[in-house]
Amino acid sequence: MVNGAPVAADVEDRMLLVHFVREAAGLTATNVGCDTTSCGACTVLLDGESVKSCTILAAQADGRQVTTLEGLASPGGELHPMQRAFRAEHGLQCGFCTPGMVMASVSLLQENPHPTEAEVRAGLEGNLCRCTGYHNIVRAVLAAAELGGAGLAGTGLAGTGLAGTGLAGTGEERAS
Amino acid sequence: MIPAPFSYRRADSVAEALDLITEYGDDGKFLAGGHSLLPLMKLRLAMPEVLIDLGPVRELSYIREEDGHIAIGALTRHHDLEHSELLARSVPLLAHAAGQVGDPQVRHRGTIGGSLAHSDPASDLPATVLALDATLVARGPAGSREIPAADFFQGLFETVLEPDELLTEIRVPVPAPDAAGWSFQKFTKRAIDWAIVGVAVQGRAVALVNMAGTPVRAAGVERALAAGAAPAEAAAHAAEGTSPGDDINASPAYREHLARVLVERALVEAQVV
Repeated sequence: MVNGAPVAADVEDRMLLVHFVREAAGLTATNVGCDTTSCGACTVLLDGESVKSCTILAAQADGRQVTTLEGLASPGGELHPMQRAFRAEHGLQCGFCTPGMVMASVSLLQENPHPTEAEVRAGLEGNLCRCTGYHNIVRAVLAAAELGGAGLAGTGLAGTGLAGTGLAGTGEERAS
Repeated sequence: MIPAPFSYRRADSVAEALDLITEYGDDGKFLAGGHSLLPLMKLRLAMPEVLIDLGPVRELSYIREEDGHIAIGALTRHHDLEHSELLARSVPLLAHAAGQVGDPQVRHRGTIGGSLAHSDPASDLPATVLALDATLVARGPAGSREIPAADFFQGLFETVLEPDELLTEIRVPVPAPDAAGWSFQKFTKRAIDWAIVGVAVQGRAVALVNMAGTPVRAAGVERALAAGAAPAEAAAHAAEGTSPGDDINASPAYREHLARVLVERALVEAQVV
């Protein structure tokens, strides 16, 4: 499932998730940046958690929920609170890192709805901005947290399996 | 970058994983979180014929308190170790070190067993389980066996695991009250990089990251501590018996210097006296 809709394609065993998302699903917001698990431009959500889609096989996501930037806005086109915060706080310059930054930030606030500035910076250490525009990105995430940006109700995420995925679950709970 | 062609197989259980590795033998390779293996495959430094995906094997994802130790399933993710309340109160060194691996995205995928079986001496968790005197449990066609962490790592990307064995569990002794002090220090160029040098301290046990082909105990430091040395005095022995590499990040001499500095910081933070 990609953004709540099933996407079926017969692909090579070695196809990476980022190529599946861009080529099979036709969703090109997710960028290929460094291709070495460093820059985070290809960040998407897998079952609600941020992952680097250049380092996951498409086959590993089979039967799971993938969410890309295109899946954040509501069906009516209303932007997700994180997208609105990035726009309001000028959290982008060239825009290349932005889809990955936004997805990593959504995941960050789901796990920690009220982060400190230091926690936002640590939480985004897997995402590089080639414009070095980090300051406004951090401001955007803090602003989204103020708005309750982790709340996904009323956004396009309803029905994607993201709401109530129990992301706060501990390892002990996973085991049960 | 695209990996070389391979066949993808998926195991739903430990039993199925062992059946598949028996079927494919040396051509098969287990895929856990994939955050060490897939990058190597993209660089064509690893070219397995068959990848056996352990992703669906949920039976190996757990953190449990057992008799005097914490049992951790090999497919437990760094993220789950980092946020485990049980680990935070019983073996905080491991929870903290897991939270220092890579970045949040990597920790959502990477697993403790994958990291240990990959045996990269620059990784954080191999030295951490060495400092904790953990026991690793492997299962193969002939059954299970226990391997002390001190015997497990053989060299860069080499362990004592047989080709048809699967690492299933990591058993971490709960530190005694007089060995409760801990610290994890690492020095990196950028936040997400591997450690140029790192150190894990639990009580008077001191293990080094990236100071040899395997994680190593800082035996000279431990001897000095046992003889009553103060942190600065003990840390002066940090590089003894090590064989640090020479690469783009650091010379051996610089790594030896870092080891002494980081060990002192770690001993002070752990309040080892």
